[in-house]
Amino acid sequence: MLNRICLCLLLTASATAWAADLPEFQLTIKAQKFEPAQLTVPANTKFKLRVTNTDNTPSEFESTEFNREKIVLPNSTVTVFIGPLDKGSYKFFDDFHQDTGKGVLVVE
Amino acid sequence: MLGVALLVFREVLEAALIVTIVAAATRGVVGRARFIGGGIGLGIVGAIVVALFAGAIEEAVGGAGQELFNACVLLAAVLMIGWHVIWMSSHGRELAQQMQSVGHAVKAGSSSLAMLLAVVALAVLREGSEVVLFLYGMAAGGAGRADLLLGVPLGVAGGTAVGFALYFGLLRIPMRHFFTATNWMLVLLAAGLASSAARFLIQANWLPAWDNQVWNTSALLDNGSVVGQALHILVGYEARPAGMQIVFWLATTVLLVFGMRWITRVHAASRAAPAVAPPATA
Repeated sequence: MLNRICLCLLLTASATAWAADLPEFQLTIKAQKFEPAQLTVPANTKFKLRVTNTDNTPSEFESTEFNREKIVLPNSTVTVFIGPLDKGSYKFFDDFHQDTGKGVLVVE
Repeated sequence: MLGVALLVFREVLEAALIVTIVAAATRGVVGRARFIGGGIGLGIVGAIVVALFAGAIEEAVGGAGQELFNACVLLAAVLMIGWHVIWMSSHGRELAQQMQSVGHAVKAGSSSLAMLLAVVALAVLREGSEVVLFLYGMAAGGAGRADLLLGVPLGVAGGTAVGFALYFGLLRIPMRHFFTATNWMLVLLAAGLASSAARFLIQANWLPAWDNQVWNTSALLDNGSVVGQALHILVGYEARPAGMQIVFWLATTVLLVFGMRWITRVHAASRAAPAVAPPATA
């Protein structure tokens, strides 16, 4: 387990170096909806997704299709690293507002 | 109301399954109810604290605080479960025998119990902090009082009921296999938690994914479904696992199984009186 932690730390150094070069995309949560509700990203490319919550209530950006989940506090922005993904469409949702918070990531 | 109940149910279910496995694994231990209750209580307090400081946690590590916090909590739980499982592989047989012959509770090693108390607390803390943030949002967003007053107890009751059902199901396992079964459940639980930790580290870009989707069985069983979610906790089921998650899952399982075997062998070899029991083969 200690080895694993060391490995984590080692990989961090390299991982943060790559992070700067990654393409960035933006999602905004407004009135408990995603804007845009459909986001197009390149296939087979790792990217950085910034999710900004402009509401006064917390949200949770989540997808079981590209396996990500992160709480987005009121009036704040989080970063989530996604991919590389194969071509296709992947649904995501706001776990705290499932009725309204729905969106699709179109990978092409 | 149903939305509130459903979210609370899902979060409570995850924690309840972990608490159930711990409860089964500590069957017959003196003061077990008190320390499981204590773990749940600590977890709830922890959940509120984590929810209050969610913003600070996130910003602490350059915008990856949430992932690192989750990964640390999960890996800490993996370590503690691992400790207990390996400890049990040298004492579980005695525990089972004493329970069969004397028919009353036995006193188990307190360090191992403290570990499991911490596992319960961490499980409740992790799932609970999400519930706290969600409920805060609902209340702030002007959700009806009735929604919360009905939805929350309904969700908690539902999640807890599944936990109890699993517990009473486990009690049907014959006593001589009981701790072997709960030990295996703990191993698979730990492996699944390790795999979830890997997912958070990938999400934070701290670890490479080694292929984001090694297979896709979501058509068969989706992680969004309740069964998929329960299996996700119990055995680490992942419909679309990343390569690194599989590595973590396998590494945890292999380490714990070999650790158990090794300790069992050492323990059996150091035992002088074969009249009591044949050497343990886990």
